[in-house]
Amino acid sequence: MVAGGCLVLFTAALTLVFFYAPTDANQGLSQRIFYFHVPLAFTAYACFGWGAWKAFRHLWKRDPEADLESYVAIHQGVIFGALTLATGSIWAKISWGVWWSWGEDQLVLFLVLFLFYCAYFMLRYSVDPGPQRANMCAVYALFGVALIPVSFLAIRLSKSFIHPVVFTSHGYEMTNSQFLTFCVCLAAMLSLFATLYSIELAGKRLDASLRELRELLA
Amino acid sequence: MTASEKYTAAAYLVVFVGVLAYVVIIASKLQRLQREVARLVDLAKEKQHEP
Repeated sequence: MVAGGCLVLFTAALTLVFFYAPTDANQGLSQRIFYFHVPLAFTAYACFGWGAWKAFRHLWKRDPEADLESYVAIHQGVIFGALTLATGSIWAKISWGVWWSWGEDQLVLFLVLFLFYCAYFMLRYSVDPGPQRANMCAVYALFGVALIPVSFLAIRLSKSFIHPVVFTSHGYEMTNSQFLTFCVCLAAMLSLFATLYSIELAGKRLDASLRELRELLA
Repeated sequence: MTASEKYTAAAYLVVFVGVLAYVVIIASKLQRLQREVARLVDLAKEKQHEP
């Protein structure tokens, strides 16, 4: 169901990006990277946010499933984050002539957020499984979520920048057709997250059940 | 093909390859789990036939 919806949304998104959205007068065809790059970044934020929410549920309600759900969401977030950095770097090369700019707050803060969540896995796999590891990981995931608004607002707080700002306090700065294409791309990316999240979670749960069964049969 | 077209194609290809690699990894993990289930079913059958 979710996977089917994801496929339909991606077909619609690619059709809109290449056959409906107008070509940007300044950047030309490369501006179309925006339709995947920004939804990838927003989906990465959503993954980290969802992971933090599940971490909070673990600490607050002691939900036994929340730790695994938080881990899977953060894993997805790191994948979407890596794709954001890769597409952003390609876009930077064609637009600014460089693969990376250390002077850009938005870029550096997103990299910091990405590396912070990469370190989550180092923490998780350096501690033996159990309640202590779940608690430590939950606290770490909650700390990381504080970086999301900083990363999002960095471009708006920055004094000098070359990174474009599309969403301002006055609304979106693009045509209606561009905005519609962007919204479909964002929905497609969020549905991809929902699909991959449910598949990975089902796999992890099955793995845990099999481990339990193996111990019972041994 | 212009430079702009090349870079745009590369960006979309990166996303496609990234998602494809992830799906392949998940598919291989699911295959491993299927083999594990089959092995445990055999083990359970053997235990059932034990006196």
